[in-house]
Amino acid sequence: MERFTSVQGRAIPLPVPDIDTDVITPIKRVMQGGDALTRYAFESLRYTPDGALNPDCPLNQEVYRDAPILLAGANFACGSSRETAVWAVRGLGIRCIIAPSFGDIFFDSCFENGLLPVALPQIELDALADEAAAGEFSVDLERCEVTTPSGRTIAFAVHPLQREALLAGRDSIELTLAREPEISEFQRRDRELRPWVYELAGDT
Amino acid sequence: MTARTLVEKIWDEHVVADLSGGLDLLHVDRHLVHDLSGPPSLGMLAARGLAVRNPELTFAMPDHTVSTAVGRTDADTNAGRLLVPALRERTHAEGIRLFDLDDVEQGIVHVVGPELGLTLPGVTVLCGDSHTCTHGGLGALGWGIGSSDLTHVLATQTIVQRRPKQMRVTCSGSLAAGVEPKDLVLQLIGEHGADGASGFAVEYAGSAIASMPVEGRMTLCNLTMEFGAKIGIVAPDEATFDYVAGRRYAPTGAHWDQALAAWRELSSDEDAAFDREIEIDASAVSPQITWGTSPAHTMALDGKIPDPGQARDPAARLARSKALEYMGLSAGEQLLGLPVQHVFIGSCANSRLSDLQRAAQVVRGRHVAQGVRAWVVPGSQSVRREAEALGLDRIFTAAGFEWREPGCSMCLAVNDEVVPAGERCVSTSNRNFVGRQGPGARTHLCGVATAAAAAIEGRIADPRPLARVA
Ligand code: SF4
Repeated sequence: MERFTSVQGRAIPLPVPDIDTDVITPIKRVMQGGDALTRYAFESLRYTPDGALNPDCPLNQEVYRDAPILLAGANFACGSSRETAVWAVRGLGIRCIIAPSFGDIFFDSCFENGLLPVALPQIELDALADEAAAGEFSVDLERCEVTTPSGRTIAFAVHPLQREALLAGRDSIELTLAREPEISEFQRRDRELRPWVYELAGDT
Repeated sequence: MTARTLVEKIWDEHVVADLSGGLDLLHVDRHLVHDLSGPPSLGMLAARGLAVRNPELTFAMPDHTVSTAVGRTDADTNAGRLLVPALRERTHAEGIRLFDLDDVEQGIVHVVGPELGLTLPGVTVLCGDSHTCTHGGLGALGWGIGSSDLTHVLATQTIVQRRPKQMRVTCSGSLAAGVEPKDLVLQLIGEHGADGASGFAVEYAGSAIASMPVEGRMTLCNLTMEFGAKIGIVAPDEATFDYVAGRRYAPTGAHWDQALAAWRELSSDEDAAFDREIEIDASAVSPQITWGTSPAHTMALDGKIPDPGQARDPAARLARSKALEYMGLSAGEQLLGLPVQHVFIGSCANSRLSDLQRAAQVVRGRHVAQGVRAWVVPGSQSVRREAEALGLDRIFTAAGFEWREPGCSMCLAVNDEVVPAGERCVSTSNRNFVGRQGPGARTHLCGVATAAAAAIEGRIADPRPLARVA
């Protein structure tokens, strides 16, 4: 997994609440495979119904081309568990999403894909969006700080373990495999406490 | 020991390791795998040179991508052709029990898990599908995961999770006649927002829950995802134990007695602290229908579409205007009387026997309006069989409904079963997102009776008069 230490660049303001993962990666595009996932990411926002690029969508605007930060609305990426939504956002070149809140499943999936989700209060988001057109931001995971074009810094919190894993570029499977003895021990004890969980009737 | 909530009790019992700072490594008791998210993660696992750690705790079934046409094969859909053989191959290689397309127990994961007794009170159930919260209806701790976590569960039979905040929704009174659990939960989401329970695990309690049949509790927990929470749960009670007893994989003999004793301990302590409490008077809940593109865009069936100007902030106002535009509707309009072209009764929200019985009550002796394509897609083969034994299939087919094979079908529309652009579908599923039922499709979510009434009338209609005279 790609590690994340810091990013610097433009931040795209997309203050729409409740953008769901069906909007981020419509199921039809998921099944098309290849680059359809990224090309049609946020399809109903980025394209008009006749298939043309919607110039009003900030994701399409020249000033935000290749911007690595997304300033999103509340409950960003709610809905389906599809991790394709994370891959599509990454595919657009985004490394950090700042939003008032996230869909829980999406939030966790970000950490497995080198994408940093940052939760900040709505009022902070509004202030960040106000500066979006002004220049570049930076997000520093070592210091847990966002710096705005005007030089303001805003601290954010990340779980220490998730932060470490992102900084080191490690996914959680590696970390958990190292705990195999604990898992075996748990199951050994648990089998005695709750045998019915392990000894299933059924196909016998 | 300090007082704990139901969720905390189950959670604590599954902690393999405390990863500090509120993150735990939890044991996964049941892992359900389906055709859409299963094969890619099984592939990733193999690519890393790993094997499924506990195949005997892992169960697989094709549901998302398969056709629901009678006489189907897995070659009938583009996605199914790709994914079902892959699921078959990978589960066979890993020794995972597969309820294949021709299995007498095939169906939607969240319908089949409970009905086979795989889902039990107090177990953790994970699945690469966000509506795994459904299993909370039996007092199980279930939640959905993305593909990286799915691979993690396959490899380690554990999951890394942040301890959720605790919310209790107390539903007092009881639902009025003709009002369904679906109405209750839609009204709740409408009032508190699609992110109302974001970061929480939600326990439903109160007299309306105690008197609610287990299948209704599953509907309630199912929609909890649309309330922003990964987990919804109801404390197991005698109704739950009755539901579980005798099911194919349920414990028997001494194990049953032992399990039952443990399950009776599964409730929130009287003085347990919740981070948030919501109260709702179930008696005041009325039939609901969504007008927009979020499950929170809901209104009383006989109401008027609210003015976007009343939304809580400018962003929400804009989102609501856009939703109306997409749906081809305007504020102040009534939905009653609005013509519809499609009716879908199905999905893990509402495709169990009691749902089909409710729909049949409205449909019996009537006919689907001209120009409406109306489908009943049972949640599982077992539901299908039981419904047929009761003659429900004949009620539906005589009325002009299609009686189909189990699967996700038009809920997700990844199996080529779609609503054409610009057309309107009244649906018992759980998501009305933009393009969910097909690009440009307009979805109205509601309960089963309301959907059945729409099929009969050809327009959005109140089911209560129909159900009464039936
Ligand atoms: S019926 Fe719909 S919500 Fe349920 S599992 Fe299938 S796709 Fe998901």
